[in-house]
Amino acid sequence: MPEPLLQVRSLRLEIKDQDESRPVLLDVNFDVLPHEVMGLVGESGSGKTMTALAIMGLLPPAARATEGRIVLGGEDLLTLTAAGMRQVRGSKIAMIFQNPRSALNPLMRAGDQVARALQLHQALPRREARQAAVELLRHVGISDAEARARAYPHQLSGGMAQRVLVAVMLACRPILLIADEPTTGLDVTIQAQIFDLIKEVQAEVGASLLLITHDLGVVSEVCDRVAVMYAGQIMEQAPVLDLFQRPSHPYTERLLGSILRVDKVADLDTSKAIAFTGIDYASVGCRFANRCPYVLDACWVRRPEPKWLTDDHVVFCHLRNEATS
Amino acid sequence: MASIPSFRVSPVRVRRRSLWQRGLRAVGRWRLLSFGVLLILLYLAVALIGPEVAPYEPNATHPQSTLEAPSSGFLLGTDKFGRDIYSRVLYATRLDLSIAFSVAVSAFLVGSIIGALSGYYGGIVDDVVMRVVDVLLAFPAFILAMALTGILGDTVPNVVMAISVAYVPYFIRLTRGEMLRVRTLQYADAAVGVGNPRWRVVLVHLLPNALTPAFIQLTLVLGWAILDAAGLAFLGLGITPPTAEWGVMVAEGAQRIITGEWWTWLFPGLAIVIIAFGFSIVGDGLRDLLAREER
Repeated sequence: MPEPLLQVRSLRLEIKDQDESRPVLLDVNFDVLPHEVMGLVGESGSGKTMTALAIMGLLPPAARATEGRIVLGGEDLLTLTAAGMRQVRGSKIAMIFQNPRSALNPLMRAGDQVARALQLHQALPRREARQAAVELLRHVGISDAEARARAYPHQLSGGMAQRVLVAVMLACRPILLIADEPTTGLDVTIQAQIFDLIKEVQAEVGASLLLITHDLGVVSEVCDRVAVMYAGQIMEQAPVLDLFQRPSHPYTERLLGSILRVDKVADLDTSKAIAFTGIDYASVGCRFANRCPYVLDACWVRRPEPKWLTDDHVVFCHLRNEATS
Repeated sequence: MASIPSFRVSPVRVRRRSLWQRGLRAVGRWRLLSFGVLLILLYLAVALIGPEVAPYEPNATHPQSTLEAPSSGFLLGTDKFGRDIYSRVLYATRLDLSIAFSVAVSAFLVGSIIGALSGYYGGIVDDVVMRVVDVLLAFPAFILAMALTGILGDTVPNVVMAISVAYVPYFIRLTRGEMLRVRTLQYADAAVGVGNPRWRVVLVHLLPNALTPAFIQLTLVLGWAILDAAGLAFLGLGITPPTAEWGVMVAEGAQRIITGEWWTWLFPGLAIVIIAFGFSIVGDGLRDLLAREER
């Protein structure tokens, strides 16, 4: 395996809630390899976005990374000062946010927001930055780029706003892109275009992409490898094909089972489904235990050891450990 | 460069109506607001050209014609020293409006910047700032301005400073509140994420989005500042005779209420009332207008 670009090692993130603090991320480990698309999937509240914000150093004030390392290019981002982190943001890591229109400043023209990134990261003087910004907007597929550059965000459609954000990111020329549900709120045809665009841009600047999504269809289309998260823990991590063919964690299995297909009569086995009762943050065992149809005694008392099925397919489940031992 | 699929849409025109056309429509829809703006423009014109069109110097005395009723010679009459009240009211416009604008603008600038930083960074700094604001707000603005003028001494810059300090807390409060809302929006994170330094994010990206309430407050404070400056002068604080200033003139005229020389106090008083009214309807009108646009 090539040297990873980004290493997240035993990351633990706590959010202070009144007096107690809850570990919302627990022992999160994954790598992003150069030039690959790494997917991070899971349902709402599984800690995908928190992981991304931790990498960006944009955690809300109540959240704190208490353990672990986030290593990018030999540097542990968690130990960087505010000024050091600012050097990293934009120039090394750039992020595309969930809702494109709210990620643009409503009082700044679209072109100026792209130009600002150019000024920051390519040290262009103001006038040249403006021209380059129009060029970039055209490059990301915005027709009539001169007029759009002068438009305010409320005058853009969602798809177009997302293109502007991609242009901002492109202006930064980062080595790692983080896309946090980049197409929620866009309709399906635009979604496909945006993903094409993001992948195109990623290939062009030679960056890696960390894609955060709950949409397994998107994962199968776009990603090379994927990590499945639940309640702040990584449950399974594998190359995309492997995961779809050989889902080895009960959660992955059920996640895949939840995809609705037109060509197959839904065969959702709801008999074993256990209602979501909330996440037990104090649990020392597997956090999926209270929803797992195959739950074992061991699941309640300790977190499963990683089980390597192949050298890049790992699963955290007592069921797999038992089966082979 | 690589080919990327693009939208095929007809070119859009971003701006449809000219500013002038939109302005005319707005006047039709917001009559009271427009009337207020008209009053303010009128006063601004007087402030600009008043000294040129005034028939006399503000402090020129006419010993032969003291306390004369309005006539063709002295349009609004004369005071006890025989000074022309019309000329004095015109001259005073420039002074009173400069005070109002200096107060409102400086309180707005200082207050909204402090409020923005305090709201964005939060924590201990925010706590300290807000407690100081609470203390300052505990005093009525006018009483605070009175005390500060008393301490600072009777000059025009001191009056401006005293009244500004009294209004800064209002701007801090308003901008801080908006900042608390704005800083949770995604573009706040996005702006940091692109690599902007925090101070720039606060002052360039977020502050302009948090200014609406402070901006409305600005127009209201313009009116209040005139009332306060005149009020201080009436009480003999700040601006002192023989300066031509509305409050000073009302104070001098007040001694004449009983003896019946009504023109000495009525005209400068009207000058104050009309412009204070103008600023306050503009403030109210803007509040309605901007609140509507927020939605």
